[in-house]
Amino acid sequence: MIRIVNVHKTFGANHVLRGVNLEIKKGESMVVIGGSGSGKSVLIKHIIGILKPDSGDIFVDNINIVNLKETELNKIRKKFGMLFQGAALFDSLRVWENVGFSLLRERTYSEKEVRRIASEKLRLVGLAGVEDLMPSELSGGMKKRVGLARAIAHNPEILLYDEPTTGLDPIMADAINDLIIEMREKLSVTSVTITHDMQSAYKIADRIAMLYEGKIIEVGTPDEIKQTENPIVRQFITGSAAGPIRIEGVTA
Amino acid sequence: MLRVIEYIGSLIIKFADETGRILILLFSTLKQMILPPYEIRNIIKQMLEIGVMSVPVVLITAIFTGMVLALQTYTGFKRFGAESLVGSVVALSMTREMGPVLTGLIVTGRAGAAMAAELGTMRVTEQIDALETLATNPVKYLIVPRFLSGALMLPALTVLSDIIGIIGGYIITVGLFGASSAQYWRRVWDYLELEDIYNGLIKACFFGASIALISCYKGFYTSGGAEGVGKATTGAVVLSFMTILISDYFLSAWLFK
Repeated sequence: MIRIVNVHKTFGANHVLRGVNLEIKKGESMVVIGGSGSGKSVLIKHIIGILKPDSGDIFVDNINIVNLKETELNKIRKKFGMLFQGAALFDSLRVWENVGFSLLRERTYSEKEVRRIASEKLRLVGLAGVEDLMPSELSGGMKKRVGLARAIAHNPEILLYDEPTTGLDPIMADAINDLIIEMREKLSVTSVTITHDMQSAYKIADRIAMLYEGKIIEVGTPDEIKQTENPIVRQFITGSAAGPIRIEGVTA
Repeated sequence: MLRVIEYIGSLIIKFADETGRILILLFSTLKQMILPPYEIRNIIKQMLEIGVMSVPVVLITAIFTGMVLALQTYTGFKRFGAESLVGSVVALSMTREMGPVLTGLIVTGRAGAAMAAELGTMRVTEQIDALETLATNPVKYLIVPRFLSGALMLPALTVLSDIIGIIGGYIITVGLFGASSAQYWRRVWDYLELEDIYNGLIKACFFGASIALISCYKGFYTSGGAEGVGKATTGAVVLSFMTILISDYFLSAWLFK
């Protein structure tokens, strides 16, 4: 469904992606793990076309999105829903307007209908009665849920999660994990999650890929990853400071 | 010596780079302005924000500017017996210079800073990325309404400022110095040409568009969290001020031949 072929991306002197190759199959839940600053967010932003690679190709349903015109790209983007790390809710809009944002803009539904759909999506992520609140009135976990409701409002086929559990307490994090699994079961979506939370990765992944120094160095099921021989992956999943992974700014 | 040259060179490169990026943003704004759908609701919202909400502070500034102009010219011109010309001086100064420039500076401080801070915050909290994922062009959704409102509302505010400034001058000339009311108004109309007013409004339109474009540019390309938002806001105000004051000279030289 999504194929990333030899993608390179540089910001100034920082060569972030150095030939990423990854294939995500229809209906699967792919989790990309990697350290802070490893380029996970950059990678996920390439999949939905917010960032363009310096070289390489990205195929979504066999269409190369790298050189698409904006109108064409927007058609592809409607297949996606994305949950941002900080939820990225629009501060100036009420919760229901946030959730129904894309529907309101398409103008295919009346405002009343959009409100009804927004309530329905909010219920799906476990929220009720928050429609008229402003984002600033919500807690971190609620914001993530609203962000998820907004991501699923237009019934996407692919959901992208950018660090869905970061910044939440362990119980809330697990509730979000359950929600991700639930979304997949109820909506039968393909999902791509980036995270460094291994507990979350094991729970929601069909397959896990590790991004290290701008490349995918290993892909496998959670069990395969747990039993990996690769010392870098081993070090990362066990969360040890000692090992081959260099910690930025720290000299051994 | 080499260091000095290097420094000047880096400044020139930075200037060229920034000017280029602002122009690219201008073209993309103009393009998105023409292409449907039109952001009517957002445009009205921004017009309220930039225009209507600025009215009180523009009025206060204008009335005191008109008053101080009258105060200074009256006492100054009295030295050579030309105090009857105060009406003309106030009217010409307000319409040609003070109205558009002061309104521009005030709108920069109020609305320009707010635009840069709002867009900057939206950038660092990924709201601008979120717009793109929701198949919405951020230039169209965020910048076009602000740009249009700036270009339209600044002339409107300037008209208000012109009128109130001249009334301010009247209050001082007639109320404080006891000059003849009829003479003040006659002097206002005697030397004021329609050209003075609309050339002033052309300047205002240019200032309004520049403030919006610069502030949106600074906000839109913010990086580096809360500190970045602060820098973007300061940068937007400073660059807008400089643009207004520098372009004012060249526009005046060109328009008022």
